[in-house]
Amino acid sequence: MVPIEHAIALSGILFTIGTVGAIARRNLIVVLMSIELMLNAVNLALVAFSRLWGNLDGQIFVLMVIVVAAAEVAVGLGIVISLFRNRESMNVEDVSLLKW
Amino acid sequence: MVDELTQSQLLRWIPLLPLLAAAVHGVLLVVVRRTLPRGLVILLSCGAVIASFLLSFVALIELVGVEGERILVDNVYTWIGAGRFSADVAYLLDPLSAAMSLTVTGVGSLIHVYSIGYMDEDHREDKGFQRFFCYLNLFMFAMLTLVLGDNLLLMFLGWEGVGLCSYLLIGFWYADRFNAYCGAKAFIVNRIGDFGFLVGIFLLFWSLADAGQAAVAFRDIEAGLAAIVERTVVLPDWLGFLPGAPEWRLTTLIGICLFVGAMGKSAQIPLYVWLPDAMAGPTPVSALIHAATMVTAGVYMVCRMSFLYAEAPGASALVAWTGAITAIFAATIAIAQTDIKKVLAYSTVSQLGYMFLAAGVGAYSAAIFHLVTHAFFKALLFLGSGAVILAMHHEQNTDKMGGLRSYIPRTHAVFGIGVIAIAGLPYIASGFFSKDEILLSAYLAHHVPGYMALWGIGVVTAGITAFYMFRVHFRTFFGECRAPEEVRSHIHEPKNVVLVPLYVLAFLAIFGGYLGPSEAFVPVPDANSLGNFLLPALSQEAHHVAHSTEYALAGLTTGIILLGILFAYLLYVRRPELPGRIAASLGGLSRAVANKYYVDEIYDAVIVRPLVLISDRVFFRGIDATLIDEVGANGSARAVRMLASNVLKYLQSGLAQGYLFLMIAGALAIIGYLTR
Amino acid sequence: MSVLFFYVFAALAIAGALGMVLNTRNTVAAALSLVVTMVALGGVYVLLGAYLIGALQVMVYAGAILVLFLFVVMLLNLRREEFSPQRQLPTKIAAAVIGLLFLLQFLRLIDGAFGAPAAIPADFGGYRQVGTALFTDYVLAFEATSLLLLAAMVGAVILAKRRID
Repeated sequence: MVPIEHAIALSGILFTIGTVGAIARRNLIVVLMSIELMLNAVNLALVAFSRLWGNLDGQIFVLMVIVVAAAEVAVGLGIVISLFRNRESMNVEDVSLLKW
Repeated sequence: MVDELTQSQLLRWIPLLPLLAAAVHGVLLVVVRRTLPRGLVILLSCGAVIASFLLSFVALIELVGVEGERILVDNVYTWIGAGRFSADVAYLLDPLSAAMSLTVTGVGSLIHVYSIGYMDEDHREDKGFQRFFCYLNLFMFAMLTLVLGDNLLLMFLGWEGVGLCSYLLIGFWYADRFNAYCGAKAFIVNRIGDFGFLVGIFLLFWSLADAGQAAVAFRDIEAGLAAIVERTVVLPDWLGFLPGAPEWRLTTLIGICLFVGAMGKSAQIPLYVWLPDAMAGPTPVSALIHAATMVTAGVYMVCRMSFLYAEAPGASALVAWTGAITAIFAATIAIAQTDIKKVLAYSTVSQLGYMFLAAGVGAYSAAIFHLVTHAFFKALLFLGSGAVILAMHHEQNTDKMGGLRSYIPRTHAVFGIGVIAIAGLPYIASGFFSKDEILLSAYLAHHVPGYMALWGIGVVTAGITAFYMFRVHFRTFFGECRAPEEVRSHIHEPKNVVLVPLYVLAFLAIFGGYLGPSEAFVPVPDANSLGNFLLPALSQEAHHVAHSTEYALAGLTTGIILLGILFAYLLYVRRPELPGRIAASLGGLSRAVANKYYVDEIYDAVIVRPLVLISDRVFFRGIDATLIDEVGANGSARAVRMLASNVLKYLQSGLAQGYLFLMIAGALAIIGYLTR
Repeated sequence: MSVLFFYVFAALAIAGALGMVLNTRNTVAAALSLVVTMVALGGVYVLLGAYLIGALQVMVYAGAILVLFLFVVMLLNLRREEFSPQRQLPTKIAAAVIGLLFLLQFLRLIDGAFGAPAAIPADFGGYRQVGTALFTDYVLAFEATSLLLLAAMVGAVILAKRRID
């Protein structure tokens, strides 16, 4: 049988890697991909728990997450494209307009 | 408690009138910035004080007419009311305070009148004149509050008030820094005494409150004293060398603390050093404050608290011995002084010593008697010296005087009367009766350790007193005039407004003694009217001694006094070259005496300099400037700035990744805390 | 047996993830690396009994979302990413540290916290079961997601359109 704990640990590892990527990378697209990775890690955790407790709710939730992720990617990439059109740069530092 | 006593609404006006005059002057000078014409100032100020004197007189008459206990009270309002404790602004007139207030207002009025003439030449045009009278009036208010107050708090208010006015008046010509320094010295030394005074008040109040008799009013304290009389205090080990250790009576401790205040205010050892320097002020100030009134506040306080001192033999002994030693110590310094006012200053210290000697052996009425006669003749002497100084164009050094009796005979006459009065020649000097009363009491004071020595010191000091007073008189008025020519041609008698108070005081200096002579000398029943008047108010018993003893003692004292006068005559009239030779042969000793035994220098080196040094280096530079300002104020500002610009700045970088980092970190922290 | 497969898929997933995060030169390679991760995760889902989800994972994520990423990357013709000197090292260190701390905390929390897996019916996670649950118990959520997709489509079109001026 698949050891559920290890699956959850795997989820944690993937989430960590995604976080590190989201914080440390300069390329906007890579940041978005890291966020996708984080979402996947969450999905994995949900599936694992669903298996652990024999409850299908986890899997339905995963479905929702996938849908949302898809929507988010679509819109996010749309933003990236218009940003690129304006600034000619994919560098995350160039979009730091949140500074006071 | 108050209900059974007779009320008198007029008591409050005695201190209040001078206060109002001072307030008017104050408002005019400071707020409105206009000076009154000279005549109005005189009318207002002198009028207020003379009115106070008349009111005191009326109050005295009222007091005498009271049946039962001779007390008048005037409760103006409740100053502090806290639970069952209350301290009122209330005035009390009993024989003691009546005597004091009459003396204060009487001599005060005379000095006010004298000042009209003396301060006329004040360089500082009119402003100085009005300011002077403003301060004088303020002083009268404070002194009268001290004397008439019915509780310790009010007395302390007056106590501090006279200290303040002393400072203001000594440094009156403040443009000269030395005068300001003298004023500050007086105030600071006074404050040291006041600290002891306060400790005494606190101790007294606390112990009374502990016993359930919380009170500050004198009558209440007296009534409640029985509750704490038996209590003792255990001294810490390091004080074991003190007599009577390790256990002291509480009353003794309180008495000593209160006496520390008297040491400061009344210039006894070791806190007398301000009085000679206080001579930097105008002469009327010296006369009023440092001869007749303020310095006597300590004596008054001890007499007022006589019921306490009667139960504190240790403290009383300390009072007596301090007085005696101060008396002889100051007298020896006075022998060698050349400034006419300094001689009088040390003479005052010495005579105050006599008063404390009397109070310490339990003869409170004798102390008050001497206080009154001393007020008369010392004021006379000071004002007379003021006349001399005016005549000599502000020259105060007797080295430059001499032979003045042909130039200013009237001044010479009144000054001479003052000198005779203080020397204490029988029957013609008020000092005779009062001084003899004191010496007699010392002689009879078997309960005080070393009372015979006290008496001996008193007698010897009387001789020394006669010596130095006549020395000053001879050096000033006899012999050749040593003044330079241009001064000599301008020597003239002072104006009448200056002379008339002198005449009045001269009269009092001679006949004032008849207020309270012993019946041995004046075989009239109730001759000692002052003494008998005062006795009920003091914790004192009349003494009964054979007249022959009195004659013997008086004779001995008079003999010593005559010896002193003879010496002075020999040294300063007959053979004026002798003093110089004697001083030269005594070398170091005479220099030490002339330099007042270097006490000021010792204080300066041992106390003042280290204190100033510590204040400057440690407290100011070290703690205040460095620790508090640099490290504390500037340092904290700098720390915040560093923190903000080097660390906190990055919190708002505008980069979402930074914010993400913070979110994760925060979430970690919270989860870590919640699952610890 | 399935345990072995699980570890293989896990290793693949991690390798793919690391490949994506650590690859700084080639963005396309990073995206492709992530594809590997997605597929591996799909395998893990199947091993955990979530058959429908596993299939959907591969179809949607690997097949659509990441393809979209690749489209955009290639469309924008990105050059190599430029680094700003002062931010570089502290940021990486901070990220690494926080990541490590997070992981350690996570592992500490899940350690021995779970019991044995529950018994499941044979059909668990199959399309019939999931579909039934989706269209009966969670139909509201289902409809909401369709709205969400509509909004996303409209948004994406508007954002990416060229200005018509």
